[in-house]
Amino acid sequence: MKQSSLVARISFNTFMLALSVFMILPIIYIFNHAFKPYHELFVYPPTFFVKEPNVQNFVELFWVTANSIVPVTRYLFNSVVISGLSVVGVTIMSALCAYPLSKHPFPGKKFIFSAIILMLMFTPEIVQIPRYLVVSELGIMNTYWGHLLPILASPVAVFLLKQFIDQIPDSLIEASKIDGANEVVTFIRIVIPMCMPAIATVAILAFQNSWGNIETSTLFMQDDEMKNFPFFLSTLTNNLANNVARQGAAAVAALIMLIPNLIFFIILQSKVISTMAHSGIK
Amino acid sequence: MEVSRIWSFRTSYLFIAPFLICFTLFIVIPIISAVGLSFTYYNGIERPRLIGWSNFQYLISQDLLFLKYAIPNTFKFAIIVGPGGYIAAFLLAWLISKLRGGLRKWVALAMYTPSLTIGIAMTIIWLPLLSGDRIGYLNSILLKIGFIDVPKLWVTSPDLLMNSMIAVTLWSSMGVGFLAMLAGILNIDTTLYEAGRIDGIRNSLQELWFLTIPSMKPQMLFGAVMAIVTTFKTGAIGVQLSGQNPTPSYAGHLIVNHIDDYGFIRFEMGYAAAISVFLLIVMYGANKLSWGLFGSKEE
Repeated sequence: MKQSSLVARISFNTFMLALSVFMILPIIYIFNHAFKPYHELFVYPPTFFVKEPNVQNFVELFWVTANSIVPVTRYLFNSVVISGLSVVGVTIMSALCAYPLSKHPFPGKKFIFSAIILMLMFTPEIVQIPRYLVVSELGIMNTYWGHLLPILASPVAVFLLKQFIDQIPDSLIEASKIDGANEVVTFIRIVIPMCMPAIATVAILAFQNSWGNIETSTLFMQDDEMKNFPFFLSTLTNNLANNVARQGAAAVAALIMLIPNLIFFIILQSKVISTMAHSGIK
Repeated sequence: MEVSRIWSFRTSYLFIAPFLICFTLFIVIPIISAVGLSFTYYNGIERPRLIGWSNFQYLISQDLLFLKYAIPNTFKFAIIVGPGGYIAAFLLAWLISKLRGGLRKWVALAMYTPSLTIGIAMTIIWLPLLSGDRIGYLNSILLKIGFIDVPKLWVTSPDLLMNSMIAVTLWSSMGVGFLAMLAGILNIDTTLYEAGRIDGIRNSLQELWFLTIPSMKPQMLFGAVMAIVTTFKTGAIGVQLSGQNPTPSYAGHLIVNHIDDYGFIRFEMGYAAAISVFLLIVMYGANKLSWGLFGSKEE
């Protein structure tokens, strides 16, 4: 009996690991591609793994960036500042909004929630022009505000957090109030700790959105030194994609954009996923 | 009376105020303007000219590209990718929750990574993999094992493009909905399962159906809504994969591509806005369905 359950566990784990390897094939591929020398990039039959890894593609990308008028560090600085502020801002604002939407019976609540879901569904293409007009009316063109404010309101984040706060029993929140805690204390002591998995997910989402965001740089920033890193990389890779000989450098650029997302995910999500283990809401 | 009731909830309004201000300025006002534009002729340069319902009339009665390609393609794409991606995400989340802690996070990360490659690394990863000549990785492998005799045009042949789009999208459907459902499953109290065993739950499938899903309805609903929204909003994929805009013989032409086409190539913004409104109505209908399945009564 015990042996058969061990066999079942091992085969289940093996199956999940095999599936994981299948899923990360694109990432493995891009890692290998970034380190391939020229003669390996276009060899037939194509090789998945790099045979003679070197950093030639990195050097090439470095030389392309060295020629830009604005130093790359400036773009990086902009991106880091905006991403950092947006992760903090989106998370706090969304949680603050989701808590009353879930637990307080205030007038207008249903209307506001329906509006958030409806707006979540609208396709972004045509909204660009009116949004451009709003940003220009507010006078925040070419400022960090222009990067930050348009991405702070995230209907997805509010929806996600509201769904998790819905699961917190009302009795818990009432008990906290009977103990004399006001709304702010209840929010910080009860609500936030109980929906940590959702908070972590929202932070990941906010980071991804701002780190990869090209729209605000393209539309709202006129000066080059106000644009962000992904915008800069996209100007490079747009040319690289047409130029077959520079595929390796394009892979390096994609890798640079991907890795911070992976690191951010590992930092935030792994703790939630591996320690939570059925201990949460009763 | 009403005023004093509102005043009694002043903390609630204070809490939602920061979000609501940004939301109104950068989302509600632009979207309402876009809906307004759908009743106009607007080329992005001249002032919008009011033309009533004619955009919508043309869209549903005369726009052949829309009726012949965009609608059937979107429907086919959505019916497979929407429910398929949703079920895959949920089942994977459930399987991952059965793993032990240390392994769990790495498997979860592995499942999540493909969704990161959408947008950022799309062309760099998928084009070489699916390239139509024998240098393409997929062709090269299939030729080697003798599965096919001639290289297949995975992304440029009208017959195959849609299938490639569906495969790539399904591959990367473990996004935010997946993370939410995983957290939802892990959040369920274990004593519930113990009680279930006493009440006669025999195997893990019964457990899944009678205990897990009912206890995580909020996350199931979130996952469903996100599946619908991302499915209908995914549009660039056909253009990115085939490298052609419009896609070969309009084989990968989705409603979103139609919006792009009119908005940014023909500069008929009013008409593009009308298509956006149409898409919104379609999504709203699909959402009603998932709300019926997982929503609570008050909403």
